[in-house]
Formats: sequence, C-alpha cells, structure tokens
Amino acid sequence: MFQSVIDSPRRHGVIDVRLRRTLWGVAGLASSIIAVVVAVVATEALPALRGVELPRFLNDPSWHPTNQRYNLAPMIAGTFLVAGGAVALGTLFGFLSAIFCCFYAPPRLAGLYRGVMELLAGIPSVILGLWGLTTLVPIVAAIKAPGFSVLSATLVLGLMIVPTIGLVAIASLQSVPRSLILGAEALGLPKWLTVVRIAFPAARSGLIASVVLGIGRALGETMAVMMVGGNIVQVPESLFAPVRTLAANIALEIPYAEGLHRSSLFVSGLFLTLVILVVLCIAEWLGPEPIHD
Amino acid sequence: MIERSRFRFDGHLLLVWAAPLTITAIFVWIVGGVLLHGLDQLSWSYLVEAPRRAGRQGGIGPILVSTLLIVSVCLAVAIPLALGAALLLAEFVPRRSTGARIVRLSLDVLAGVPSIVFGLFGSAFFCSLLGLRFSILSGGLTLACMILPVLIRTIEQSLRGVPNAYRMGAAALGLTRTRAIVTVLLPVAAPGVLVGVLLGVGRAVAETAALIFTSGYVDRMPSSVLDSGRALSVHIFDLSLNVPGGDAAAYRASIVLLLLLMLINGGMLCIHSLLKRVMGISAQI
Repeated sequence: MFQSVIDSPRRHGVIDVRLRRTLWGVAGLASSIIAVVVAVVATEALPALRGVELPRFLNDPSWHPTNQRYNLAPMIAGTFLVAGGAVALGTLFGFLSAIFCCFYAPPRLAGLYRGVMELLAGIPSVILGLWGLTTLVPIVAAIKAPGFSVLSATLVLGLMIVPTIGLVAIASLQSVPRSLILGAEALGLPKWLTVVRIAFPAARSGLIASVVLGIGRALGETMAVMMVGGNIVQVPESLFAPVRTLAANIALEIPYAEGLHRSSLFVSGLFLTLVILVVLCIAEWLGPEPIHD
Repeated sequence: MIERSRFRFDGHLLLVWAAPLTITAIFVWIVGGVLLHGLDQLSWSYLVEAPRRAGRQGGIGPILVSTLLIVSVCLAVAIPLALGAALLLAEFVPRRSTGARIVRLSLDVLAGVPSIVFGLFGSAFFCSLLGLRFSILSGGLTLACMILPVLIRTIEQSLRGVPNAYRMGAAALGLTRTRAIVTVLLPVAAPGVLVGVLLGVGRAVAETAALIFTSGYVDRMPSSVLDSGRALSVHIFDLSLNVPGGDAAAYRASIVLLLLLMLINGGMLCIHSLLKRVMGISAQI
C-alpha cells in the first residue's frame, strides 16, 4: 500500500529515473551472465558436436580422445553411480538429522547440532578430499586394495551432502503447522508415527526438494571425488573398483587437451550442466520456495 | 500405559540418535585430523615465507597474497553488480513483475551451474577469448560470476528487511528515492549487506575447481593481477594429489584455510547477532 505511494510516477525525479535505468542496466548485465556462460560452453563444444556423431559419445570402443575415440559412457556411469550412492547416504543421514533436530533433541542440543552441520557444509571440498585421501582411502584399502574406489568417493560425497539435505529438511519440517503435530500428540500417536505419518507427508515437497538439491550438488562436485576416486576410465564393476566421474574427467584432462579432445570435454560439461538444470527445475517445481542456496 | 511407553526402549530412538552422533564424530575426526597433522609446524614465518620444494617446505606467503588478490578482484566486480541488481529487485520493481521474474530465473539457473563448468567457461572466455590468459584477473572474474546469485539474494533480503517506515519517512521529507537509498536504506541495510558479502567471500575462498584453469598454478609472488597466482585451495589440492610427500604441507595449508573461513564465519555471526539486538532486523544467513 505504502509502496504504491512511493512508487507513483509523479514523485520520480529525473535523478530517480536515471538511477532506475542504471540499475536495470546492471541487473541486465548480471542476468545475462548465464546466457554468456551457456553460449561460450556451447560454442566450445560445437566442433565436437559437429565432428563426432552424438551416439559415438556412448558407443565408441573406448575413451582415447587423442585417437578419435570418444566413449564417455564409463564416466557417465561413474558419475551417476557415485552420485546415486552419495544421495542415498546423504538422504538417510540428512533426514535422520532433521528428525533429530526437530522432534527428538532438546532445543539447545538441536541448535548445537545444527551448528555442526552448518560448519560441515562450510568445509571446503578440497579439505574433505584431503581427509578422504589420507584417512578414508587407507581404511578402504585395508579391506580391499587399492582404496581409491567407488566406495571412498561415495562416502566422502555423501558426507558433503548430508548438511545440504539435512539443513533444507530441517527448514521444511519446521514449516509444518504446529497444530498438526499437537493434534497427533493429543491423539496419543507415538512420536515416531507422528514424524513418519504426519510431519513427513505435510513437509513432502520441501523434503523432496532437499533431496533433489543434494542430487544437483552430488553430480557437480569435482575435487573431493577426484581426489579419492582413483580416476581410472572404466565402468566400475564393484564398490572397490576405481571410478572417474565426468567432472573429474574434465578437471584431469583440460590442462593438456586440444582440438576435438578439448571440445569433447566441453560437451561433457554442457551435458553435466543440462542434467543438473533439469534436476534443479524439478526441485523448483516441487519445492515451495526458491532453493538455490 | 503412558509411563510404560515413555520408558520402553525403541529401535528408532537409537537410529535417530545414532545418525547425528556419527556425523558429529566424523566432523570432529576431520577437523581433529587436520589440526593433528598440520599444527606442529605452523608458525608466523610459514604465513609469510615463499614455498620451497614445490610447497613441501617453506611457507605460503605468495599464495596468501594471490588468494587475497583473487578474492579482491572477485568482490570488486561482484559487489557493484550485486548491489545494483538487488536494489532494483528490492526497491524498484514489483516482486511478481515479468522483469523481476526473468532476472530471478536467470540468477537461479546461474546458481545451479556446477563449479567445474564455471572453470571451463572462465578458461574459454576470460583466459582465451578476452586474452587474459592464466591470471588472477581471470580467476577473480570467474569467481565473481559464481558468487553473484548468492550475493544478490542475501543483499535483496537485507534490503527487504528494512522497515517501510524508513522509506515513508524519507518520502515525507521530500527526498528523492536515490537520496533515500544512499542516505537511509543502504546504511540501515549495511550489516545485512556485509553478511551477504562475507557469505560470498566464504564461497570464493573455498572454491577450487573453478580456479585451477583460470588463475593457474604458479606459486611465485604475483607482480600484478595479470600474473598467474595460486589460490590457497588450489595449493592444498596440488600438494595432496600432485606432490609426493606433500600431505603434511597440505594439512598445514588446510589449517590456514579453515582458520580463514572461521574468521569469515565468526564475523558473519557477530554482525548477525549485533543486527538482531540493535535493530531488530533478522538477516538471512
């Protein structure tokens, strides 16, 4: 109401119009960045998209881009495998953490644990990778060599997305109307049933969105996975086999790649971006709130 | 009956307590591990000396300078852009107008792009196309694109947190909106803006993947922003993966990085609580 009084065009002086124009220019610049990013990556990917037929990225004999063999399938498989495992772990622990904070923990403890998750979310992925490399990989190697494996990558990545999923899940569980919970309690429903049958369905869209957000994060993560995954180009046949993801492939090869090789790495980057954007669109569509952070 | 159910041992209770305990234990394990492996050789000289033998010995002086320069470039570009866009979104256009929606949508999409793709973009656009090569400038600009959505969102929220009475007061005094923004709204929203900026700095300092192919690996002291410079996170990555026997040094650098992030987070929390107490405005962290 008051906004409209201030907004009335009569009160806009020349200065205000000028500021408004400047701000539109700045905002236009900021929002055109995504177009530039996509355009640049697509342009760089174009030679490979033209020179290599699209199916060849999936059914070439191998990934030897210097010998015109462009099979990205092992990396795609590795990416989805590691991300899938990590999201499963992250969802389990993230949801349990959220339930703990919202329904079981005394308020002080809940706040404290929330703080732990926020700090965990703040640890740079390169440090988690270093920890995985020097601590987790030897432990996994003691079970079965070489230690650089799907398992290590999944565990580190899962750890990274527990706070992503947990913190969003807490927010969405907290937004469940208090009356629903109190009503369930008044009916004598055990706490566990209250959580599973009342709170979860009520917070469903937010919980799904939290998982989807975790998927997006897991697919795009590079450093930690690269440091503990072993990076051998193969479709891993067991949990203990080394794995290379699409993002790790880009990071490993871009420094020396040239020509179609370089271009095919941009193709994989474009593919990764598109997959993540589709995933985030689903989240946006399901989620009640914009959730990009 | 009620008493019995209260004291009955429940399997799910174990599950619900085990998960947070596990996560907390691992968190302590990680932070403890970093401190344990790196704390012994940390000293003042480590922070100022140049690295020797590929970083296994010596310090991280030039790397800290490079990191600082990269973050400065990033902020110098990102803050004006973010402030402009946030002011527009919060003060000048209705929330649901088409223009605001398009700006928001494009920023949401930008926020979804993975950091490795920002690295690809930066190396193709800033390094090659604009001819900046591997440089601190390229790295900072790439990071600026990356943190822009978060920055705009937090700044917009803190501007929206300013009570309408301030706007009405300014209008009643006959101030133009420009003057009201400069003299009233921005000062009131400043702590919230600062929180947003610190959040962005935290992201920028922690980032590795987007910097490897944009600001490069060179660990000399940079002579200008057009020089290549190694960021702290890239230094840790390089030491742990490419330098045999570099683990101890990687842990030492990790402590510095964690301290830096703690400082940033601490600053953020201080401002946040100050904000709550003094002004009764709650900024979103």
